[in-house]
Amino acid sequence: MGMTIVQKILAKATGQESVKVGDVVEPRVDVAMSHENAALVINQFLDVYNGTGLEPNVWDPSKIAIIFDHRVPAESSKTASNHKKIREFVSAQGITKFHDIRGDEGGICHQILPENGYIRPGYVVVGTDSHTTTHGALGAFSFGIGATEMASVWTLGTVLNVEVPGTIKVVINGELSEYVSPKDIILHLIGKISAQGANFKVIEFHGETVKNMSTSGRLVLSNMSVEAGATAGIVPADDETVRYLREVAGVTDEIEFVLPDADAVYEQIVEIDASKLTLQIACPHTVDNVKPIEAVEGIKINQIVIGSCTNGRLDDLEIAANILRGKKVNQDTRMLIFPASWKIYKEALTQGYIMDFISAGAVVMNPGCGCCLGVHQGALGDKEISLSTTNRNFKGRQGNPDADVYLCSPAVAAASAITGVITNPAKGVN
Amino acid sequence: MISNVIAKFGDDISTDTIYPGRFMATVLPTETPQYAFIDEKELNAKLNSKQVPPNSVIVANNNFGCGSSREQAASTLKGWELIIVARNFARIFLQNSINLGLRTIICPTIEANENDELEISETEIINKTSGKKFAIEPLPQARQAIIDAGGLIAYTKKKLLEKSSKN
Repeated sequence: MGMTIVQKILAKATGQESVKVGDVVEPRVDVAMSHENAALVINQFLDVYNGTGLEPNVWDPSKIAIIFDHRVPAESSKTASNHKKIREFVSAQGITKFHDIRGDEGGICHQILPENGYIRPGYVVVGTDSHTTTHGALGAFSFGIGATEMASVWTLGTVLNVEVPGTIKVVINGELSEYVSPKDIILHLIGKISAQGANFKVIEFHGETVKNMSTSGRLVLSNMSVEAGATAGIVPADDETVRYLREVAGVTDEIEFVLPDADAVYEQIVEIDASKLTLQIACPHTVDNVKPIEAVEGIKINQIVIGSCTNGRLDDLEIAANILRGKKVNQDTRMLIFPASWKIYKEALTQGYIMDFISAGAVVMNPGCGCCLGVHQGALGDKEISLSTTNRNFKGRQGNPDADVYLCSPAVAAASAITGVITNPAKGVN
Repeated sequence: MISNVIAKFGDDISTDTIYPGRFMATVLPTETPQYAFIDEKELNAKLNSKQVPPNSVIVANNNFGCGSSREQAASTLKGWELIIVARNFARIFLQNSINLGLRTIICPTIEANENDELEISETEIINKTSGKKFAIEPLPQARQAIIDAGGLIAYTKKKLLEKSSKN
């Protein structure tokens, strides 16, 4: 019986010929990523070693990645002290994949990992962040874990007691209409199968639409798979994956593929006709409360956000700049833009997008998670409404439980910035 | 054991409700409990009044703990020694709870309201207030092994010592 991609990867990572759904395995880890919550991982890691008489050394400092992004620059002395503690640990352990608050190499973890070539097809990747699903876009099995589980990975180099998950195959065919994007596809899918529709399962993305999609778009699909509860969202690697790894990530060594078998067994198959898809909006306060834009057009917006690990990449900024160029952000709204990494920021500078944004009245922030998780850089006032290209709209998400967050694509966000209300870019904005 | 239900929730209670992102710089399990459900003001006040005895229960429907992987969402509830009974849990939250020893019970048909009294055994929950019984779904063995070891730190410590004695 054929295996799905996650079965193939877990078989390889455990040195077995095959694994079955439900088997309990202990896969070797290729990349173990953390951000600011490494401060907690360090505590737990030291606790594991406490009383053992052994020297607390991580299993392989070259396989640990730590990226500061959630609260950069530090919004409080507490965060600054966490940053300091992590820097000292990184230095003492010789961790090499470390990205500090720097304009030459910083950014959001889920952009830094792919753009630096840290992710390869067939890898097992774990991260202390739920959106670690992002890296499935490059054909890896990549999933979120908690800090204590990461401490266990730092100790042993494996993830203990992983149950091989079943897989939902999502097949997407058809050409997208103008302005309809991968964000609209994934919002539609989450609305269709619900916030728990893929809980404890892996989503595999197939079909012509995915095949023709850039890695940047695939990262959006994988990133938000977790919003349907999925453990991982995987796009099988292909020529586009190789192109991205060579041209963008600068990878020069051999790239191996791990692909699903043609006769793999799936628990469910979901088909999406992309040609019929319209612009989608996730309405407050759950990501699966998805409606076509027609249902919410005209709602007044106080804050527009473009950025995050979902939609802060160069093509996202390009779409927004093309809509905003020569126009003005509405006087009754405010617009914040967070490029996903400093590399993207610099490319956007070269392309002139940053000047387009500033001239239109948008505020371009430093790369990072920004206001997405409600810590700093753009909290909402009471009863205010945010329209955001980020990935979550839970109550309180952007820092105020008495505010609403709507999720959309970069094109919708940019068009709505000009009018100050939720606006369909296809209808033209003047 | 008879436990009192101190709060009842519906579907999709996210980690932003359990432990909002703005408190994520606080990581110590001794410091996180004060922020549990801080935007659910009544519940937070009830917990911080220290009138809630250990093994009190929060009941929820589906997908409790969806969203972030932040472990504070488990440690904040563990700090009050609560029991969480839900129809099902989001994956990362469930794993974090098991790793930290927060008692999470999967009870696919549970019906209970605030202030109901529940008798919880290994296999079922009896709602003493309504008189109804509900079966508990056992945890997969792989997860139960971590609980039996006393949590993931103890489990990893054991594995580490086994590994180092082999070398």
